[in-house]
Amino acid sequence: MIGVNREDARPSAHGSHLSSEVLRPGLLTTVQDRGRSGYQKFGVPVSGAVDAIALRVANVLVGNPQGAAALEMTALGPELRFAADAVVALTGAEVEASLDGGPVLSYQSFLVRAGQVLDVRSCTRGLRAYLAVAGGIDVPVLLGSRSTCLVARFGGFLGRALLAGDVLRVGSPPGPLQDLAGRQVPEEWRPRHGVPVTARVVLGPQEDAFTEAGRRTFLESEYRVTPYADRMGYRLDGPGIAHRNSADIISDWIPLGGVQVPGDGKPIILLADRQTTGGYPKIATVVGPDIGRVAQLRPGDALSFRAVSVAQAQRIAHELEAGLALLPARLVLGDSWTYAAELGEVPGGVVLPSLGRPQESPRTLADPEGHAAVRSPMPALVAKVLIRTGEGATAGQPLFVLQAMKMEFEVAAPQAGRVADVRVREGDEVGVGEIMATLDTSDLVGRWDHRSLR
Amino acid sequence: MTPRFLPAGDRGLLVEFENAVSIEINNQVRALAIGLEAARIPGLIEVIPTYRSLGIEYDPLTITFDGLERQVRDVARHLDPGILPAPTLVQIPTVYGGVYGPDLPYVAHHAGLSEAEVIRLHSQTVYHVYMIGFSAGFAYLGGLPERLHTPRLPSPRIKVPKGSVAIGGSQTGAYPAETPGGWRIIGRTFVNLFDPLEEIPTPMQPGDQVQFVPISEEEFLRAVSRAIGGPAQIEKETTWQDPPRAGREPRAEG
Repeated sequence: MIGVNREDARPSAHGSHLSSEVLRPGLLTTVQDRGRSGYQKFGVPVSGAVDAIALRVANVLVGNPQGAAALEMTALGPELRFAADAVVALTGAEVEASLDGGPVLSYQSFLVRAGQVLDVRSCTRGLRAYLAVAGGIDVPVLLGSRSTCLVARFGGFLGRALLAGDVLRVGSPPGPLQDLAGRQVPEEWRPRHGVPVTARVVLGPQEDAFTEAGRRTFLESEYRVTPYADRMGYRLDGPGIAHRNSADIISDWIPLGGVQVPGDGKPIILLADRQTTGGYPKIATVVGPDIGRVAQLRPGDALSFRAVSVAQAQRIAHELEAGLALLPARLVLGDSWTYAAELGEVPGGVVLPSLGRPQESPRTLADPEGHAAVRSPMPALVAKVLIRTGEGATAGQPLFVLQAMKMEFEVAAPQAGRVADVRVREGDEVGVGEIMATLDTSDLVGRWDHRSLR
Repeated sequence: MTPRFLPAGDRGLLVEFENAVSIEINNQVRALAIGLEAARIPGLIEVIPTYRSLGIEYDPLTITFDGLERQVRDVARHLDPGILPAPTLVQIPTVYGGVYGPDLPYVAHHAGLSEAEVIRLHSQTVYHVYMIGFSAGFAYLGGLPERLHTPRLPSPRIKVPKGSVAIGGSQTGAYPAETPGGWRIIGRTFVNLFDPLEEIPTPMQPGDQVQFVPISEEEFLRAVSRAIGGPAQIEKETTWQDPPRAGREPRAEG
């Protein structure tokens, strides 16, 4: 870890602020709440969680107000060490996550003890996961929100994504921690990721900028998410939508979910970090309740659209809000023993024989011959190969630089060893879990913990 | 003419006036925005005035599209003609040319003018703020003299320094933050065009009049050094790393 600010780790003067420390930041981890309302007329993007429903459910699970600030994690989550006891919940994308090596489940709240390390690894289905902490993430409120505005570089944690060494403050929990842990949402609140999405849209405001055939193309075709998909918007590929005349309009407001169509006819869905105004006509607007499902799509996923009337769209919104209003009363209280069993151990540290050892995390997985695989956490392009066969690597040493969703990130050696085999070259595409290299871990040379050296 | 009321999803309404850029139409948009903010319609979340239309975000749990349209029409009918405040003149001190305005020679060449004439023409014009958009604090200004219309760069710069004053096609404006950009950069201001610590985070508002006031490099550097509390230094590169805050200088120690 780098540059831990000890000042930040202390409780602040106003209230009992506990903290957690970022050991590994993940691909793009930001502090988000429900966004910055009321400042679009100053050109300020709304920001906030792109999957707002997942954020709100996470907050309900830990007893927070639905709009409390939480962490939004993208594709690959962070590793966090908690400085004090806390209750947390994961929602959104399906993730592989562990607490001190034992697996933890999404869509239920659980207790984290001081000193424990929560490791959120790759999103296996869906793209964005949320981590709410009882009490909320405590960052300054700027223009009415704690959300990170990445484009204008303010809000959230210093206006940027988290980095290793950052220390996050947490607000005072809304109740005794033991009462907040072990709560689950009913089954119907768990989204199904990895299935084709049909987003409901209201046509307009500029559907008359398109030909009748163009509107039909939009509603009857299947589109695919391109790699140009981020918090600002999703650029889609598929049949081009024909404009009536020009593809330019006098710049006007871009609502959340606005589907703008530039000259090439390929639609772009505008999301949380969208610019407030733009000059392309918007054929339709995705209804609020469906935004999160769009934002969970990954590059390559399929998406189609279905038109609904404004009245239908508002009925859908009503149903969602009524459900969310009732959700706190409908939480299922998980049996704490059952829950501990899922962790593989009870709080006292006794391993339950019927369940065996907790599943080992891929970070430390070595086969009996002493080989460890270095896998890609997500579909990506190999941008750089930093090692060669025969070279020694320390645990945590970066071995590959991958590129996905316009971002670069490193894949490090899960443990120390000698590189036995490099299976990819620069420019190769890799899938989730694909082995990129193997390490001979029986070789003791260089078996240091990379982290302990810093 | 009567505006059109267009849906923008389940929680947006667009009031569209005529399809043209004119101060008169823009004034109608802004008057309605001010009227609606004063009317405090339950469920109305925020209004976003642009060139010729007004975006309205609302809470569909509180008010329906039709209900909101009725209320907006009602406010529009009873608008006080004097609702628009007298325009404020906002002056933007700008150092033109040199490392601060690397495209000034191109703009001058394109216009068939000397650099000094470009500066005079650009700074003597009073611009109208049509709207704030695109990025936090970016003001769309109208009124650039036709002589100064200059095509954008063939490919955008990856980094345009914060505070850059530039011309793109028939438009001129100032970049509130370091961003990519394809406009021709002719100068730079030290005025902070977006400050998220202020409740009104931008110095320019729709309807304001804006004038760029030429200053010398010395004046620019003095203002910058006052703002960052250090000695003035001639800038070596075109990227200003540590941009200043206008009018909110930290007090010198001692």
